[in-house]
Amino acid sequence: MYSITKNIKILSFSMMLIGLLALAYGFYSAPHSLEEAKEMVSNHGYDDHGSNYGEEYNSNSIENTDKTNVDLQEDSHKMSHDEHVYHQLSNRPWSALYVAALFFFLISLGTLAFYAIQRASQAGWSPILFRVMEGITGYLLPGSIIVFVILVLCTMHLNHVFVWMDPEVVAYDKIIQAKSGYLDSTFFLARAIFYILGWNLYRYFSRKFSIAQDKSDGIVNHVRNFKLSAGFLAFFIVTESMMSWDWIMSIDPHWFSTLFGWYVFASMFVSGITMIALITIYLKSQGYLEKVNDNHMHDLAKFMFGVSVFWAYLWFSQFMLIWYANIPEEVVYFVARIQDYSLPFWGMIVTNLIFPFLVLMNSDYKRVNWLIVMTGIVILFGHYLDFYNMIMPGTVGDQWFIGVPEIGGILFFGGLFIYVVFKTLTKASLEPSGDPLFKESEKFVY
Amino acid sequence: MAEKILHAIYDDDDKLLAAVKKIKEAKIDIEEVYTPFPVHGLDKVLGLKETRLAITAFIYGCIGFSFAIWMMNHIMILDWPQNIGGKPSFSFIENMPSFVPIMFELTVFFAAHLMVITFYLRSKLWPFKEAENPIPNTTDDKFLIEIKFDGSEKEIKKLIKETDVLEIKLHLNKKNDND
Repeated sequence: MYSITKNIKILSFSMMLIGLLALAYGFYSAPHSLEEAKEMVSNHGYDDHGSNYGEEYNSNSIENTDKTNVDLQEDSHKMSHDEHVYHQLSNRPWSALYVAALFFFLISLGTLAFYAIQRASQAGWSPILFRVMEGITGYLLPGSIIVFVILVLCTMHLNHVFVWMDPEVVAYDKIIQAKSGYLDSTFFLARAIFYILGWNLYRYFSRKFSIAQDKSDGIVNHVRNFKLSAGFLAFFIVTESMMSWDWIMSIDPHWFSTLFGWYVFASMFVSGITMIALITIYLKSQGYLEKVNDNHMHDLAKFMFGVSVFWAYLWFSQFMLIWYANIPEEVVYFVARIQDYSLPFWGMIVTNLIFPFLVLMNSDYKRVNWLIVMTGIVILFGHYLDFYNMIMPGTVGDQWFIGVPEIGGILFFGGLFIYVVFKTLTKASLEPSGDPLFKESEKFVY
Repeated sequence: MAEKILHAIYDDDDKLLAAVKKIKEAKIDIEEVYTPFPVHGLDKVLGLKETRLAITAFIYGCIGFSFAIWMMNHIMILDWPQNIGGKPSFSFIENMPSFVPIMFELTVFFAAHLMVITFYLRSKLWPFKEAENPIPNTTDDKFLIEIKFDGSEKEIKKLIKETDVLEIKLHLNKKNDND
């Protein structure tokens, strides 16, 4: 049995406190009126990007037709430029909150998918890590509630994160009007409840059967878990795709990509696997999980390596087709990112592909714990940036910065995540010793 | 210049692994082990040096990657620039995304093919080479340990009989000049 240490408690609570203060500061310092926004822009010496968007895009190496300008103007809907910037600035604390909340929730969801795959495939190597995975998915319930509350607040027009929720915007926008059957606030929340309920039900019953299996002689619970997991995976891959359209892609309501769901999945999957590796290494360093050895770490590191490449494959597939076709209403998505977000946009290629690819390629390095930890931290940071790049350009535009509210969001949800995960780890034995595959896992040689 | 060859035949990879461990513990040199498929962990038990094939694969991949960059630059930028998809530029970097699939494929192509060729060279394999396995069954379902030694076979035979062996065969080494 693991018991939560004082250090973890102090760390998580101080992270949450600092994060909360930083988020509060973010909301406080965001402009509350048009005048304030104007003043902030002039005081901070922000470049007046917005007003000459058109010329700027045309002079870009990625060639643009006039249609892009029309689109961009449509985006602002005859709203004055100042008002546009005002909305972007007031969106910033909300987006910072949303990105961090979503990121940590998706780590948990990615781990749940990984766990379900281990269950459904009856993998022999991983049962020894089931309790670590169940610990991470312990954050699923609080995480999903928080994300849901943020979505509800968005539908209440407290911000402009999802522009299609604003009836004034829709009135001027034919493209959103055509999608209004799907992009409807009530339907949107109903779908969110459906996904969240399904995922949490699986997590609840799977955990229940997993603990029951420890104390039972037969394999009834194991078989139940196997069937449940297979069913969950089918449910998950559909709802995960729809979740990514709803919660992320609809932030840019004109734009769509058919492989977006897979791309988001790859991102959360690699983050989840990385988190499993990090927490396993931490627990081992504290003297728990004695039976976990280099072979298990080797397999986790292989997954980190492989899924990083898989992520890059999907990211590039999405990017290259749109870049090559160069259709204005599609390419505007990447133009905005390359123009205004060039550092995080290209930076994440380094953190999410090149770095893990080079470090984790060598077979021996997959067994060196400090290398896994270092790469893992880089990967997690890189995938935060990935979600940042998905959400921020559509909400704050060129008024982005990774400053107080963003770091505050990471600290707050990171702290909460750490606390909930380690609290869940205390609730059951760290070794699922009743699992019929436990022996195999213990003796596993890669 | 061993004068005797002993063949111990097994019908299961786990039995083989256990036997190899036991023979190694008794400090008897194993000349070769023939198996129908790669047995997991056998290289470690035999104490074989770790393969350097992986590092050659990495080097070949780098060569393929560089070759692809050179090739695409030569074909599409220098030698015969073309206007494809409305991108008539003479810059490699601006056209780079469309070359990525080619870079990827050539990296894989070079790494895979050159690695296989290296493996053949290193293992001294070539087309029409005659098989070296002592009994044809090692390509089917039998596992064979070959031990070359001088002097009395008594002790070695006794040790091997303790393992879960199927059959033991003793040969006199006639091709001494081969060693």
